[in-house]
Amino acid sequence: MTDKRTTRPRYGTHAALLIGGAVMVFPFAWQLIMSLSTHAEVTSVPPTWWPESLQWQNYPAVFEQIPFFNQFLTTAAVTVARVVGQLLLCAMAGYAFARMEFRGKGILFALVLSILMVPYQIYLIPQYEIIQELGWLNTVAGIAAPGIFSAFGTFLMRQHFLGMPRSLEEAARLDGANPWQTFWRIMFPLSGPSLSAVAILTALASWNDLMWPLIVATYDDRTTLAVGLSTMQGQFTTDYPVMMAASFMAMLPLMILFIVLQRRVVEGLAHSGMKG
Amino acid sequence: MNHDPAPLTRRRRRGRDGLWPLVFLAPLMIGVVAFYFWPILATVLNSFASFDPFGGRSFAGLENYRTLLGDSFIPRAVLNTAVYTAIVLLGIPIALVVASLLTQKGLRFSRFYQVLFFLPAVSMPVAVALVWRMIFNQEFGVVNWALSVIGIQGPYWVTAPWWSLLAVSVVGLWSSLPLAVIILSAGLQGVPPELYEAAQLDGAGALKQFRSVTVPLLTPSIFFLMIITAINGFQLFDLLFAMMGQANPAMADTQSLVYLFYSEAFRQNDQGYASVIALLILLIIGAFTLLQFQAQKRWVHYD
Repeated sequence: MTDKRTTRPRYGTHAALLIGGAVMVFPFAWQLIMSLSTHAEVTSVPPTWWPESLQWQNYPAVFEQIPFFNQFLTTAAVTVARVVGQLLLCAMAGYAFARMEFRGKGILFALVLSILMVPYQIYLIPQYEIIQELGWLNTVAGIAAPGIFSAFGTFLMRQHFLGMPRSLEEAARLDGANPWQTFWRIMFPLSGPSLSAVAILTALASWNDLMWPLIVATYDDRTTLAVGLSTMQGQFTTDYPVMMAASFMAMLPLMILFIVLQRRVVEGLAHSGMKG
Repeated sequence: MNHDPAPLTRRRRRGRDGLWPLVFLAPLMIGVVAFYFWPILATVLNSFASFDPFGGRSFAGLENYRTLLGDSFIPRAVLNTAVYTAIVLLGIPIALVVASLLTQKGLRFSRFYQVLFFLPAVSMPVAVALVWRMIFNQEFGVVNWALSVIGIQGPYWVTAPWWSLLAVSVVGLWSSLPLAVIILSAGLQGVPPELYEAAQLDGAGALKQFRSVTVPLLTPSIFFLMIITAINGFQLFDLLFAMMGQANPAMADTQSLVYLFYSEAFRQNDQGYASVIALLILLIIGAFTLLQFQAQKRWVHYD
């Protein structure tokens, strides 16, 4: 903080951050080590800090013990459906709320935002009944459907369009473009950062969600990874190293996404703060 | 443009945009009405209904509300949820320290530290819960091994009522820390450096600067963080579900309100009663948020 300190290395700060950081990542490191150990090593006292030989076969074993591949595909399909759906629907609605004039706009927008103030449990049972009526239980469509419609994404996109200069649209209109062409060819392509925030938040929520898929997708081979993992430990022949391997693989895609797109993900998460 | 476009737009409001708002809004609104507006109404209606095992429902008056008042699991679930939320809120001061270390100007390796601290924010709660379940295992877990080294016999973290709630809360604190650090870091970057210089001229040390400059200026961020942390805390489900498991004998004494909602709605299939629990969750979160907004006037500085 002081001028003197910025000029020389701050050992205290680095020591504190390293120790704190080590505590934060310990579970991940330990998970990785356990996933490469034998069952005996995982359950040994005192703990076996490093396996005698790395048990790589725990990873292929995951695919034999649970329908991991199916669950992975389901999770990925649901996540893609929600991200694509939200980007399109939230951008369209956000654009209308930001730039168009129509009767009842203020009330309609307030109503959409009010969704955010109601805890999710209020929606769950009727949502389940709708999915059941549609015959969508245990389908990707059923798991993805309610999450495609997002009040928060609409709010973010509206804020984004409000902050864009009007001159671009005026020019397009003079060229004879209709509102859809203006939106789709000019405004949407210029919305990269906001779209990426919506995409990242949606991907995180969708990939990691437990309660909704737990309710609507109860078949082992048609549900998501989160549900598959949560039921894995209930089986009484739990094979701990394999369970660790499965949970590590389930988290890996988002971790890679985070490490590759670190700045974008942090910005996206900072937005999620506004959800309150 | 040398004229104000606003009156012009207003005069032609129906002419210029015509049916276009409908085109842009209909896709979202169809889903919002079906999956959000209608369910609010349906849940209120369901709360007055009794469900038979074959899916039929009939009017039951205030029956479900009476059940709620007589249900001894409810006060315990409220208490458990409150204890969990309180412990997770303790993460905010920790996050404040981490954020102020991370945002120092010219700090080397800051991107690396960010990865270390932010990783829990992107990891699947169910997956980390399974790992923590191992770490807290009574027989071979690392926590009880560490306790045994200093001569303490560790408790049954996953199967004894209060201990398991504590274990779940610690994991909740760990997993909510990144978001808190991110929000506070954003707040810290808005603190003008001149204020620190002025404080230094007044002879304030690092600790005094932290207390009289950093913390007061961050109160809006801290307040905001308290609101969202509390709301998220009241939603405790994933960690509890995956760390303890549904067959856990301690679950009845450790369950959160949302877990109770889930088990009534989808295991007991008493969706009428579950709707009342959902309304109770809405009431508690709403009341708590209002209370915080009232209390903030006394300690949050906006300027």
